[in-house]
Amino acid sequence: MSEKIKRFPGEELKGADIRVGKVPTIRFRPRVRYLWSAGVAMSRFIEGLKEGKIVASTCEKCGRIMVPPRAFCEECFKPVDGYTPVKDTGTINTWSVSYVAGDASRIKEPILVAVIDMDGASTGMGLLHLLGEIDDWKQIKFGMRVKAVWKPPEERTGNITDIRYFKPVKEV
Amino acid sequence: MVGKKRVAVIGAGMTLFRRNLKETGKELAWHASKMALDQAGLELNDMQSVVMGTAPDAFDGVHMKGEYLADGAGAWRKPYSRVFVGGGTGVFAIDAGWWHVASGQFDTCLVVAEEKMSSCYPHPAYAFTTIFDPIYSRPLGVTLIWIFALEMHRYMHRHGIKKEEIALVSVKNKRNALDHPCAQLGANITVEDVLNSEIMCWPVQRLDISPTSDGAAALVLASEDVAKKLTDNPVWIDGTGWCIDTTFWTNRDLYYPRYVQCAAQMAYKMAGIKNPPKEIDVAEVYDPFDYKELHHMEGLMLARKGQAPKLTADGVTQRDGDLPINPSGGLLGVGNPIAAAGLMKCCEIFWQLRGEAGKRQVKGDPRTGLAQAWGDLMQYGSVVIMRS
Ligand SMILES: [Zn+2]
Repeated sequence: MSEKIKRFPGEELKGADIRVGKVPTIRFRPRVRYLWSAGVAMSRFIEGLKEGKIVASTCEKCGRIMVPPRAFCEECFKPVDGYTPVKDTGTINTWSVSYVAGDASRIKEPILVAVIDMDGASTGMGLLHLLGEIDDWKQIKFGMRVKAVWKPPEERTGNITDIRYFKPVKEV
Repeated sequence: MVGKKRVAVIGAGMTLFRRNLKETGKELAWHASKMALDQAGLELNDMQSVVMGTAPDAFDGVHMKGEYLADGAGAWRKPYSRVFVGGGTGVFAIDAGWWHVASGQFDTCLVVAEEKMSSCYPHPAYAFTTIFDPIYSRPLGVTLIWIFALEMHRYMHRHGIKKEEIALVSVKNKRNALDHPCAQLGANITVEDVLNSEIMCWPVQRLDISPTSDGAAALVLASEDVAKKLTDNPVWIDGTGWCIDTTFWTNRDLYYPRYVQCAAQMAYKMAGIKNPPKEIDVAEVYDPFDYKELHHMEGLMLARKGQAPKLTADGVTQRDGDLPINPSGGLLGVGNPIAAAGLMKCCEIFWQLRGEAGKRQVKGDPRTGLAQAWGDLMQYGSVVIMRS
């Protein structure tokens, strides 16, 4: 707003009026679907998941072991030198508890989510995933150690969801 | 000084920001553009180029949104480009407008930003689920609010920041917005209200978040020669900066936005600013969530790492404080029509530096102001520095 401007345009509508058709509207529902090629690096990753492995890519120039794997190192801007499995354990870098679904509707049983720094990958190489086998989310801690809980081999489809979630583990 | 020509802002306009507006995106863009031209005392014919900033096509449901909006922005038969860098779009739009004129290619540029989020039904949040990597993220059901909650939590953990300290930002901005005639969510609320509001995605609660909105904003830019003929009161664009980080957001430490720092350093260098907290008189910092204002103050080097909550608690960032942040009311108070919200921040700095902000005017005749926006997968920063 400037003091010089006396009136700002825009006519507010009430959400309820829109839904019951009190204001002129037109509806449309797009019907598009997608089928993605997983690509060079991520094909290795999802093939690995089928075998119960988390596959990273390695760059000999900068020494990084990268999860998720990529076909080229974005820092060195060169092809990666190979692919290697890392461990399926890690440390919680940050976490959250979601009571909201993708369409902003509310859910009763919260979804526990975390970025997990993977053991065997370079420092700070986190993976986004879910947490499970936790009774009360207030038990989740930064730095907590977790391990992947895999679907049985016959149920795996080559998808990030072949890991059901990560569960807390006690260190020996 | 980078650029061949000095560039001024000479007019600004905006519409109301509301959850639902009757006007189409094109009509909103027209209202804001017309107001900015009127304020500059110019006609559309005087505009040699047009830059449109608008965020995902999925909101409007028109998959060539820049083209669809073009005549609302007065762009027909003109050099026109649409820019899009997620939430960073609004401030990047003025950066892009600046290079149109600074390069010497054009004497004038109309910069317009529009967002009509309400068209995506029943809630625009669902459109955001398509921003994530399809292979390793989307099958998990990831949503935008997850990733902000993860960033907020990491920031709180790293510096030992409490929710109460962050809630002060929401309290301040919603109160500031009571004085903004376009505001959607101006309110007098308390820290307790924020802490007692619905848990959306811990640590994010309902009153930590800006709303979804419809709205538009516009600015008229002109080269120095043109600006000096038209106004005694130009506001100069003395610094621009923008930077992107990798989309591998889980491979970065989310406690600090390095890409925002990079964008700020670019803008400070251009503007000759050595000591940002001393030299910036007023700032509009991107605040789609309350923690983001603090996070961005640190990225912009207006506060040391982890110190923005203390400045807030001490009242430094209030409208009458030493470093007023978001005197407009920000996204938390005025509303968040994505690209238009970023350009609204540029409008606010323009009005503040002209001394036209009325009840929102910060004290002490501000001469140097900053606006900043942020977006994509927590990876993009855009900054502009203006002087009167
Ligand atoms: Zn490398």
